[in-house]
Amino acid sequence: MTGELTSAAVPPPGPDDHWRGMGALLIVYADLGCPRCASAWAEIREREATVVFRHFPVASKHPRSPALHAAAEAAGVQGRFFEMVDSLYADRGRVDDPHLWQRVEDLGLNLERFEANRRSVSVAARVRRDFESGIRAGVTGTPAVFETPGRRAGS
Amino acid sequence: MIAAGEPAPDFTLRNQDGEKVSLAELRGRRVLLVFYPLDFSPVCTDQLSIYQEVLPEIEAKGVTVLGVSVDSGFAHKAFREKLGTEIQLLADFEPKGEVARAYGAYLEKVGHANRSLVLIDEEGVVEWVHESPTPLEIPGANLIFDALAASRGAR
Repeated sequence: MTGELTSAAVPPPGPDDHWRGMGALLIVYADLGCPRCASAWAEIREREATVVFRHFPVASKHPRSPALHAAAEAAGVQGRFFEMVDSLYADRGRVDDPHLWQRVEDLGLNLERFEANRRSVSVAARVRRDFESGIRAGVTGTPAVFETPGRRAGS
Repeated sequence: MIAAGEPAPDFTLRNQDGEKVSLAELRGRRVLLVFYPLDFSPVCTDQLSIYQEVLPEIEAKGVTVLGVSVDSGFAHKAFREKLGTEIQLLADFEPKGEVARAYGAYLEKVGHANRSLVLIDEEGVVEWVHESPTPLEIPGANLIFDALAASRGAR
């Protein structure tokens, strides 16, 4: 189910990371169910920066988070990862399944593919991979923003 | 603060359900004591939520995790429900902070424990200790896995 969780530096951006924008690098470990992340995101998305989004769902605190991260990842399979993240953070009160389907329709995605992907093992593994890299880097709260890869939280 | 190699002071405290939990009865298993300041303070919420997310990985290494603070069992019960955590919370309530004092984790000036981690081996000997520089600083879960990996390597 999982790899080692001993300390390790924040992995530098890789080819299958989610990133957008141009400029200085910002690696953001965020929880899609977290209100503090939502307000931080409103500011981060306006920055002139290359923003790398890493999944950090804390399910015990925000029970809906795993479903939201899987939804973003499934939207990403159809090329609309950040659009889904923006949409979820912009309207945090509507996150039940019918609301997700509405978002899928608004983004012009194929609902059937979305539904299959968001429940897939590979999507869950992709989300967990980011989460574990955050744990190894010492992330203890969200959002955790790293301006340079290789640093640990709190350092 | 107690140090590695010292015998772990025995204790019997009640958990969130009023059941007695004693360290001596856990001989044969490793125990991680998580001393934290107070239930419902925002920082603790993150700490125990994060540990909850990797609890299966910690328990898979034969470790029982016990949270300890000066709050009553009733507060613990509510706090645990709020966090959605399965981690047992022990009430170091009367005499207040006695167990935290025995481990050198009590902050007399503020009347609660510092954020400290104590790993105890199967024979009841302290294996590893981590004390936060301030109660505001949360030890990442990675530190726990580092300690478990180091002690495993030493055996």
